[in-house]
Amino acid sequence: MTKVSEAPKARLERPVHPAPKEGRRRPFIVEFYGSAVAKKWLMAVTGIMLMGFVFAHMVGNLKLYFGEKSLNQYAEWLKEIGEPILPRTGLLWILRFALLGAVVIHIVSAAQLTRMNRRARPDRYKAPRDYAAATFASRTMRWTGVIVALFVIYHLMDLTWGVGGAEWTSGEVYQNIINSFERWPIAIVYIVANLALGVHLYHGGWSMFQSLGWNNGKFNDWRRMFAIGFATIVVVGNVSMPLMVVTGVVN
Amino acid sequence: MKVTLTVWRQPGPSATGRFETYEVDEVSEDMSFLELFDVLNDRLIGKGEEPVAFDHDCREGICGSCSMMINGRPHGPELGTATCQLHMRKFQDGAKITVEPWRAASFPIVRDLVVDRSAFDRIVESGGYITAPTGSAPDGNLILIPKAVADSAMDAAQCIGCGACVAACPNGAANLFTAAKIMHLNLLPQGQPERWERVTNMVQTMERYFGSCTNHGECQTACPKEISIDFIALMNRDYIKAQFKQRRLASQRG
Repeated sequence: MTKVSEAPKARLERPVHPAPKEGRRRPFIVEFYGSAVAKKWLMAVTGIMLMGFVFAHMVGNLKLYFGEKSLNQYAEWLKEIGEPILPRTGLLWILRFALLGAVVIHIVSAAQLTRMNRRARPDRYKAPRDYAAATFASRTMRWTGVIVALFVIYHLMDLTWGVGGAEWTSGEVYQNIINSFERWPIAIVYIVANLALGVHLYHGGWSMFQSLGWNNGKFNDWRRMFAIGFATIVVVGNVSMPLMVVTGVVN
Repeated sequence: MKVTLTVWRQPGPSATGRFETYEVDEVSEDMSFLELFDVLNDRLIGKGEEPVAFDHDCREGICGSCSMMINGRPHGPELGTATCQLHMRKFQDGAKITVEPWRAASFPIVRDLVVDRSAFDRIVESGGYITAPTGSAPDGNLILIPKAVADSAMDAAQCIGCGACVAACPNGAANLFTAAKIMHLNLLPQGQPERWERVTNMVQTMERYFGSCTNHGECQTACPKEISIDFIALMNRDYIKAQFKQRRLASQRG
């Protein structure tokens, strides 16, 4: 049977993550970003920016139901906002770069934290775990995040750059959407991706309050309700569009 | 009653371990889970076999020594219960029970079910104290503390440092432990002078040993003292504030 093969060492424990180099004073931003708690805070802040975009994007696109003229006018207005102090499409490009920055910070932080977590538990449990609190959404954040990121790339190719395979004309937003969503495999891709986004928002929309430290016994119940409500509104709004087009209700 | 135990056996820190199965009969349902291991070990010694090494001390749920992953949950299936206070009546007769040590890079296995939790000491050393003048004890209630504050600080101070939060966390994070150790001081007036230093140093020490929080909430369910993840949010808030705080104004109120 088991024998004592070696005496326990006086100190087994060793830090698993490298320490910052001593002596050199690092710039505040580098120092701040070095912490996992700060990375989660940044993920919450960028998450809020992205949620703002997702919500506005959905509300804007619902003009699909008000007809071709309404949607195309709205698309044209997006290019004009900020005029005359900013040039045409000026504010649009500022917003695009802000969103791109938010996406990069959100994804890079997530990737770095995932690596940190893998190092913190290199040996998994050998017997099955019995999770008591973790939800499907919280356990699949990485996968739903990857699905949404890949979808966003296709979505840009499809309806912004016009290289998604459907007939596409710049400025003819309504017709471009109809052309794209009429292909039922593509409609399914849009629907599945938005369901993944909903699952991501169900956890993220709650988790961000914890990461930001917004915890108050008076309002804590509202945090989960907010996440459920937000995820539901976004999913229903976004899924309805490909569904209505592919079923021929909108054409 | 009779149970079938599948226990992780590992002779030393760098030895390879494996599960061994033991049938234990004539188990009283009034036994604690640790007493089950006492019985098993008595019988193993009787047969000339090596007993199972496991951590235990007070056996009344306040020392934080016991550390068993029972059927995939730290301290077993009961809420708010350490392994020592888990009784065999909570299991069915003939139950199959799998027992594993905590698993985390910073909780290396010493032997069988014993892990080295010194990393927690490193975190507490880096700020889990207040600097107080020595001398005669001050009169009671010289510093007034609102009831809600005292209650909350006591909730955090219940932490016994068992490591169930790390064991339960899918990321191997120690945020619940560290938050409890920071916030029971940061909530109280006595903790204010070192508040920003404490949260910065303890969080940064924690992050050298453990993973990061993704708000699953497994830790608070596993905690034998039922410490809430509310404290993690308060720790995050204090940490971010501390990074932007102008320290020389730290004594100003408001």
